[in-house]
Amino acid sequence: MAQMKFLCDAERCIECNGCVTACKNANETEWGVQRRRVVTLDDGKPSEVSISVACMHCDDAPCMAVCPTDCFYKTDDGIVLHDKDICIGCGYCLYACPFGAPQFPQQGAFGERGKMDKCTFCAGGPAESPEEEFEKYGANRISEGKLPLCAEMCSTKALLAGDAETVSDIFRQRVVYRGHEDGAWSPVDKASHPETSANLTTSSVQQADHLAYDAARKG
Amino acid sequence: MRAHFTASRLTVVAMFLCLMLASLWLAPQALAANPDGEIGQAVGTVDADTWRQVKNGGNSIDSRHDSNYSLINQSGETWRQIRNRWISPGGLIALGGMLAVLVIFYLLVGRNNLDHPRSGKLMLRWTALERAMHWTLATLFLTLAITGINLLWGKFVFRNVFGDVFWANMIMATKVIHNYVGPLFSIMLILVLAKWLKLNLPKKHDLDWFRQGGGMMKGKHPDAGFANGGEKAWYWILATVGLVVIASGLVLDFPIFGQTRDNMQWANVFHGIASLMLIAVSFGHIYIGTAGTEGAFEGMKTGYVDETWAKQHHNLWYDEVKQAEAADPAADPATAPDDSLARQQRPN
Repeated sequence: MAQMKFLCDAERCIECNGCVTACKNANETEWGVQRRRVVTLDDGKPSEVSISVACMHCDDAPCMAVCPTDCFYKTDDGIVLHDKDICIGCGYCLYACPFGAPQFPQQGAFGERGKMDKCTFCAGGPAESPEEEFEKYGANRISEGKLPLCAEMCSTKALLAGDAETVSDIFRQRVVYRGHEDGAWSPVDKASHPETSANLTTSSVQQADHLAYDAARKG
Repeated sequence: MRAHFTASRLTVVAMFLCLMLASLWLAPQALAANPDGEIGQAVGTVDADTWRQVKNGGNSIDSRHDSNYSLINQSGETWRQIRNRWISPGGLIALGGMLAVLVIFYLLVGRNNLDHPRSGKLMLRWTALERAMHWTLATLFLTLAITGINLLWGKFVFRNVFGDVFWANMIMATKVIHNYVGPLFSIMLILVLAKWLKLNLPKKHDLDWFRQGGGMMKGKHPDAGFANGGEKAWYWILATVGLVVIASGLVLDFPIFGQTRDNMQWANVFHGIASLMLIAVSFGHIYIGTAGTEGAFEGMKTGYVDETWAKQHHNLWYDEVKQAEAADPAADPATAPDDSLARQQRPN
C-alpha cells in the first residue's frame, strides 16, 4: 500500500508560490484560506532558503490525536483527511500541528472558528456526491489517478508528491548527483571536487539533505 | 525620412539576431550538468544554527497573509503530550478517585447527622438573592463541567454508542454551549465571590477547624462562624483556581485578539488542569451539601436552617445571632428575609 508524502527540495525551491496558487485554484478554498504556504528562512540574506509547507500527512498525526470530535481519519494511502460534518472548529488541531496546516474561516460571532480546512493531498473528503465533496474539501485528483496539483505544477520540481518510496528515490538520485557518494549519508569529499567554490560549506547542504531524506524514508 | 526609418529598423533586427546567435552558443555551457557546480551554488548555510533558529521560530517569513507562524510549531507536540498523556488520564483519576473516596467515606462513616433533635425554630441563613446566585452559578458550573468533560472524553464513548450523525450534533452543541455559557459563568462567579468575600475572610478558629479535620469523623464539632473552614477553603479555591479557569477560558473562547498558538496551548493546559481540579472538589462540595450532612441542603433550598443545626455546625455564628437578638428583640428573623437582615444575622 502506498504511503503518500510530500517532499520539498529546499535547494530547488525558488519561492515562486506557484504551488500556493495551484492549490488555491484546484481546491477553490474559501476567502482567507491558503492551504499551502512558502516559508523563507533568512529572507534577504545570502543564506536565504525557501520551502513549501502544507499538511504533511503525518504517520502519527498530532491533529488526529488531540481532536475532541475524532473527525480525522487516514486513508489506505496514508493521507490524513477529516470530516467537516463532525468538526466543531475548536482549534486543537492547529495547536498541535507542527506545520501550521489547519486553518479556520471565521464564521460565527465573537470570532468563533468555522470548520477546519487543510490540505487533503487533493484527495477530497467524505461526502454524498462529488459536487458536495468539491464544495467542502476541494478537488479529488487522487480518485482520478492524478497527484496533487501543487507538486504537478511546481516549475523547478522542488515539490514532489507521491508514494514515499518513489519520492525519496527521486530525491536520493538528486542528492547523489549533487556530489554525495552514498545517498547523503556521508560528507562530500571536497578534495575530489576541487571546482566546488571553497567559500560555501557543503557539509551544511548535506545536513539539510540528510534531514529531508530521513523524513522521506521514514515515510 | 522613410528610408532612414527602415534602415534603423534593420539595425535593430540585426542586433537581435546577433544576440540570438550569441545565446545559442552560450546556452549549452550554462546548462551543462556540473554536480560540483550545483553543490557549490547550493543553499549555503543550512546548518545546525539554522535549525536551532527554526526551532525557536525566529528567522522565517511565510506567504500567508498576516502569518506569524514559524516553519515548525515545536511546542505543538509538547502540548499534545501534556494534554493526552497527563491531563486526560490525570483528570479521570482525579474525578474517579474523588467519587470513590466519597462513596467509601459515605459507606464507612455515613451521614453527619444532627446530635440533638430539631428545635423547630428556624434561622435565616441564605437570602433569596443569595440562593438565586448560588443556584445560577451551580447550574452554569454543572453545564460547563458536563460539556467540558464531553469535549475531553466524549469521543471515547458517544460516537461508538450513537453513531456519527448523533455525535456530530452532540459535540457541536457541546462546544457552542460551553463557549457561550463560559462568559456567563465568569460574570456570575465574580459576583458571587464579591458577595461572599466578607463571610469567607479567614479567622483564627478556622485553623483549629482544619486541625480537627472539620469534625468529619463523628462526635467532633470544631468552632465555626457563619462559614466554616471547609466552606472558606472552597471559596478560596474558587477565588484562585476558578479565576485561572475563567482567564484561560476567555483566551480560548475569543481567538480574535492576536493570541498566538503558544498562548492558546498554555491557556488550554491551565484550563484543563484547573477546571478538572474544580470539578473534583465540587464533588466534595455537592456531597457535603446533600447526602453528607443532615439539614445542609434545606439551608440552600429554603434559606432557613434549624437552630439545632446552626448550633452544631456553626456555633460561633449561632451565638452571635442570639446575642444580636437579645440586644434588639424587635428583629424577627422569620419575617423579613432580605439582605439587610442577613447582614444583621451575620456579625461574622
